[in-house]
Amino acid sequence: MLVKLSSSALTQTRWYEYTVRFALGGCATMLAGVIGAHFGVSVGGLFLALPAIFCASATLIESHERHAKEKAGLSGRRRGQEAAALDAAGAALGGIGLAAFAVVFHATVGESVALGFIAALTVWASVSVTAWWLRRRLRIVSHNRRSAHSPSAEGSRFVKP
Amino acid sequence: MTEYLVRFVAGGLIVSIFAILGDMLRPKSFAGLLGAAPSVALATLGIAVVQHGPQYAAAASWTMIYGAIALACYSLVVCHLLMRVRLGALPATILAFAVWLGVAFGLLAGLGGAA
Repeated sequence: MLVKLSSSALTQTRWYEYTVRFALGGCATMLAGVIGAHFGVSVGGLFLALPAIFCASATLIESHERHAKEKAGLSGRRRGQEAAALDAAGAALGGIGLAAFAVVFHATVGESVALGFIAALTVWASVSVTAWWLRRRLRIVSHNRRSAHSPSAEGSRFVKP
Repeated sequence: MTEYLVRFVAGGLIVSIFAILGDMLRPKSFAGLLGAAPSVALATLGIAVVQHGPQYAAAASWTMIYGAIALACYSLVVCHLLMRVRLGALPATILAFAVWLGVAFGLLAGLGGAA
């Protein structure tokens, strides 16, 4: 499947949901600063990768999917959980990219600050997208293998030679 | 006080931009990549460079590696709590935060901060 960018999803999001994410993001950044000032740079650095808005995003995705199903007269609880789980799986891969961001920033910021940010962001995007693509390829290959070896697939050869 | 206001506004803005981009992207697993975007890091490291210089920011980014590994573990645990234990998104993300704390501080205790 192609990656798509659609603005229609924005109409589902209410204004207070943006406000909550803005506030959580702001608070997380303030918290990282406060912890860095009180407990030192090493502990403060951990909080640069704090899953600050993850609970708000996952809850939002779950509720949007559930409401979409409920509008169609179906129970959307499971669908909501699956959508949030997919988002979490993507974030796990993004975590690899975030670690790569930190490694590159650490290595390059001493040379040039601008270069440090540009290189780290480029590596974050490249590593995250590559990890997502590789996982997708592996899932497709394992799915095809399972389909080829399943009893129903083998049986179908006798039915439809 | 002004410093914390700048942190709040800068962090909120960057987080919101990545969140809006994540809302617009499909499929959901791809949009999830932005759940681990360096939004808090961009704001905090930018301010750290201005206030304390590049060496301080480099030291912060070293332990950020541990935080990022912890974030990947946290996200995996959230995924399993949702799919296998069938918890709701809010309890799953709150419960899994213990994993983030454990992994992040465990790595810091085991491997140490930047030299």
